[in-house]
Amino acid sequence: MSERPAPTEYHPRWFRPRVSTYWWLERRSYLVFILRELSSVFVAWSVVYLLLLVRAVSQGDSRYEQFLAWSDSPVVLVINIVSLCFVVLHAITWFNLAPQAMVVRVLGKRVPGRWIMASNYVAWALSSALVVWLVLGA
Amino acid sequence: MADQITLQVARYRPEEEAEPTFQEYDVPCPKDWVVLDGLNYVKDRLDGTLSYRWSCRMGICGSCGMTVNGEPKLTCATFLSDYAPGPVRVEPLRNFPVIRDLVVEIGDFMRKLSTVKPWIIRKDHKPLSDGEYLQTPQEMEEYQQFSMCINCMLCYAACPIYGLDQEFIGPAAIALAQRYNLDSRDEGARERLEVLSQHEGIWGCTFVGECTEVCPKDVDPAGAIQRYKLTAALDSLQAFLVPWSAR
Amino acid sequence: MIPSHDVLLVGGGGAGLRAAIAIAETNPRLSIAVVSKVYPMRSHTVSAEGGAAGVIAPDDSLDEHAHDTISGGDWLSDQDAVEAFIKEAPQELLQLEHWGCPWSREPDGRIAVRPFGGMKKRRTWFAADKTGFHMLHTLFQTTLQYTSVVRYDEWFVTRLLVDDGRVQGVVAIELMSGKVETITARAVILCTGGCGRVFPFTTNASIKNGDGMALAFRAGAPLKDMEFVQYHPTGLPFTGILITEAARAEGGYLINKDGYRYLQDYNLGKPEPKPVFRSMELGPRDRLSQAFVQEVAKGRTIDTPYGHVVNLDLRHLGEKVIDTKLPFVRELCLKYQNIDPVKDLIPVRPVVHYMMGGVHTDIDGATPLAGLYAAGEVACVSINGANRLGSNSLPELLVFGARAGRAAAEYAAGEVRISPAALAQARDEARQLANEFLHRSGGRERLSTLREEMQTTMEESAGIYRSGDSLARGADRLRELQERFGEVRIEDQSRTFNTERVAALELSFMLDVAEAIVNSALRREESRGAHQRTDFPARDDQRFLAHSLIYRTPDASCRVEYLPVTLTRWPPGERVYGR
Repeated sequence: MSERPAPTEYHPRWFRPRVSTYWWLERRSYLVFILRELSSVFVAWSVVYLLLLVRAVSQGDSRYEQFLAWSDSPVVLVINIVSLCFVVLHAITWFNLAPQAMVVRVLGKRVPGRWIMASNYVAWALSSALVVWLVLGA
Repeated sequence: MADQITLQVARYRPEEEAEPTFQEYDVPCPKDWVVLDGLNYVKDRLDGTLSYRWSCRMGICGSCGMTVNGEPKLTCATFLSDYAPGPVRVEPLRNFPVIRDLVVEIGDFMRKLSTVKPWIIRKDHKPLSDGEYLQTPQEMEEYQQFSMCINCMLCYAACPIYGLDQEFIGPAAIALAQRYNLDSRDEGARERLEVLSQHEGIWGCTFVGECTEVCPKDVDPAGAIQRYKLTAALDSLQAFLVPWSAR
Repeated sequence: MIPSHDVLLVGGGGAGLRAAIAIAETNPRLSIAVVSKVYPMRSHTVSAEGGAAGVIAPDDSLDEHAHDTISGGDWLSDQDAVEAFIKEAPQELLQLEHWGCPWSREPDGRIAVRPFGGMKKRRTWFAADKTGFHMLHTLFQTTLQYTSVVRYDEWFVTRLLVDDGRVQGVVAIELMSGKVETITARAVILCTGGCGRVFPFTTNASIKNGDGMALAFRAGAPLKDMEFVQYHPTGLPFTGILITEAARAEGGYLINKDGYRYLQDYNLGKPEPKPVFRSMELGPRDRLSQAFVQEVAKGRTIDTPYGHVVNLDLRHLGEKVIDTKLPFVRELCLKYQNIDPVKDLIPVRPVVHYMMGGVHTDIDGATPLAGLYAAGEVACVSINGANRLGSNSLPELLVFGARAGRAAAEYAAGEVRISPAALAQARDEARQLANEFLHRSGGRERLSTLREEMQTTMEESAGIYRSGDSLARGADRLRELQERFGEVRIEDQSRTFNTERVAALELSFMLDVAEAIVNSALRREESRGAHQRTDFPARDDQRFLAHSLIYRTPDASCRVEYLPVTLTRWPPGERVYGR
C-alpha cells in the first residue's frame, strides 16, 4: 500500500501515552507473567545447585559433609525454598500453556487441551514418585 | 433497579489540549443496553462533540473496540448493567496513538497486515474450469479458528510487548499468517516464515497470553504464535541438519 | 497537487473490492483508488450471514435459478441481466474459493450447498454462518497484493464532480484531519451499499445511509425502483440484529402468541415438521413480513417495550444442530438479548434489510452519466426486481462488481480529460462545506431529533403496507424535515475526526434518499413484491411492468419516468408458494 499522494496541511497531534515502568503491576496476568519469566532464573539456580551437589559427592565424604553444612545455612536454605516455589510456578505455568503450543492428533482427532495438561502432571507425579522411592526407599 | 449509570469518558481535542481529560455523563441503564448504547445516548442527546467509531452493533465489524474499566472490550458486546452501580470508565484502546476522544490510529496495524502476505500463495493456480480445490472439513478445521479474526485489535491493546515495542508485528497479524500457512490450498509458508522469523516477528512474543484472553472471537492468537514458533524452530533445525532438502 | 487516478471506487465493501481486483487484473497499468469512509473490513458486507447462491448441484440448472429469481422478484427483474447474473455467479464464487474463501464443504471436500428461502433447489454456498465476513476478508486480503490499488481509508465523499455530462472525480473529507480534498478520476464506481438507516428498525449498520444513491441523484443520475424496500422477517427487536434465514432453512418455526404456525393462513403451504422449499417459513421474505403485519392487525402478536413481535422457535432442532449449523445465531441471541435458542423462544419482527432500488445501471454497471458506474446494493440493474431472494445479493456484489470494474477500466483507458469546470465545482464544494459545518454557530434543531423523525415518518408512511394518503403525508413531512435541516445545530467545531459533521452529511443524504423512496412509491399505483399499496392491492402489469426512474429537478423536487422491464424467456406469471 503506498502513501497518500496529497500532503495533509493540517495534521492533528496524536496523543501517544507513555507506557509506565510499572506496567506489569497493572494486571494480575501481567504480574504472573513477570514472575513466570523470573522463575527461569531460579530454574537455572536449581541446575547449578544440583551440579554443585554432584561435584561434592564425587569429591568424597568430607567434601560432601561440608556441602551439606553449607546447604543448611539460613541464606542458602531461604534461597532454596524460594527456588522451590518458583520452580513449581514454572512447572505449573508451563504445563498449563503447553496445550496452546501443541496440537496433538491421535487417530485423526484432536486431543483436548485438558488431556495434554493432565498427562504432563501425571508424568510429573510419576517421575517424582520414582525419585522419592529411589532416594528414600533405598 | 439502577436507572442511570455514570460514564467517565476520555476526551482529547488536539486543537485545544495537549493531553486527554475525562468528562462525566449520566446515561440510562436498561438491562439490554451495552456501553455503545450509552455512548450513542451521549452523542445524540447530551454532547454531540463526542467522537468514536462504530458500525454493525453485532460484534463482527471490529470498529468499536475501546478500554472499559481498564479492559479492552468491544463496546457493542459489553452490557452497562454488568458495571452497575458504576461509574464506567471508557477510554480509547491502549497501545495506539489517540487521534481524538475514543478514536485511535490503526495505520500501523494495517501496514503490518500487508507484510505477512495474507493471501493464497501458489506456484500454479488451478483454472476455474477445473472446479474447486478440494478441502475436507478436517483440513478446514486446521485453520478455521484463525480465520475468525475481525481485526478489532483488542489483542494489540492487551499485548504488553506491543505496548513496549511498536515494531512487534503483533498477535492478529501472526494469527492471520498462520491461517494461510495452515490452509491446505496455500503454498506460501516459506515466504511468510522469512518475514516472521525475525525479532519483530514471532520471536518477539514471550507468550504472555493476554491476547487470547481478550479476543472476542476465540481466535487464540497466542496459540497460533507458539505453534508457529515450533514450526519455525523445527524448520531451522531441519535446514541445519539436512541443508540440501528443499521443503 | 491534486491526487488523480484512473478509476476511483467510492466504498470498499464486497462490490468495491471485487471491482478493484477486476480493474487491476484487466489493466495493471491503471491507477485505482478505493475511497471508503470506514476501513474496508468494517464495510457492511461483513455482517451477511446466510450464504451466496450459485448453481453447482448436478440436479440444478441455470434456468431454474433464473426462474426462482424472476418469479421471486415478481417479474420486475430484467431478464437479460438475470440470465447473465446466474451464469456468472458460480464462476465468481469459485474464483473466491481460489482466493482462499473458506466455503463449507461436504465430507469429500467439495463445496457444500444448502436450501434457502424462495429457491426451489439447494444452491446456496455458505461459510458456516458468517458468509459475508469470510467473503469480505478474503477479498480485502486479496486486494493487498495489487500495488496499483491505493486506499483512502476513512475519507468521506461529499460530492461527485460532473461537467459536460461526465463524472470527473469526487470531493472528499479526510476524516482524520478534516481536510477537504479533491480527487480526480476518469471513471468513478459507486459501491456504497444501501440505505437501511432511513428506517427506524433495520439490520443495517450505522454506515448505511444511502451515500452513493444521494451522490448520484444530486449529480443528475436517476434512481430506479426506490419504492422496493425489503424487510427481513426475523430481526431482533431494539437492535434490529438479523436472525438469518438459515435458521428457518434448518427447520425453525415462526409462531404467534398462541404458539400457532400462523404462516399457513397466508397461502404459503401446509405446516410440515421439516422445511419444504418455498413453503411456510421458507417462503419469500416479503410475504412473511406481510403476514406479520396482518397478525398484528388481528392482535395475535406479542406486545413488548420494543413493539410487536412474534417468536422464532428453534428448540426442536437440538443443541448439536444449532451449534454446528447456526453457531452465530446462538452467539448473537446470547450476547445481545440474553436468550438461548436451545431453550428459549427468540422474539423477532420484520426489519428493513435490503434496498432493491438504487442507482440505475445497465448490465455492465454503467449509469446514464458518462464515467459513472455503480455495483452492489447501491445499484439497481435490476436483477432483484420487486423482491430479492435471500443469498442472491452476495453473488450480485461479485458479478456486478467485476462487470462494473471491467467496464470502468475500459472507459478509463480511453481519452478522458479532466475539465477546469469540474475543479471549480470542487473549490465551491470545499467552501460550502466549510461554511455549513465548520464556521456555523447556533442552529435550533438537534441532529438526532431530525433523524428520528425521518425514520418514524418512513416507517409510518412507507413501511410494509402503504397507501396514497400515508405516502403523501410522508412526502410533506420529509419536505418539512429538509427545511428544518437547514437549521441543524453542529456542536462539534473541531476539524479532527469530526463525527458530528459526518452524521450531518449522512442525514442530508438520507433525506434525499427518503424523498426518492416516498415519491416513487406514491406514483406506483399497484402492489408488487415488497411494495404493497392498500389502495391498489393488485398487481398491474398493464401499467406497471416497468421500472420507476426518479430524477431530481433543478427546483429540488423530483420527476418520475418509467422504463419497461426487459423480458426474454419468462412471461409474467403468478408468484406461487407452498404448492
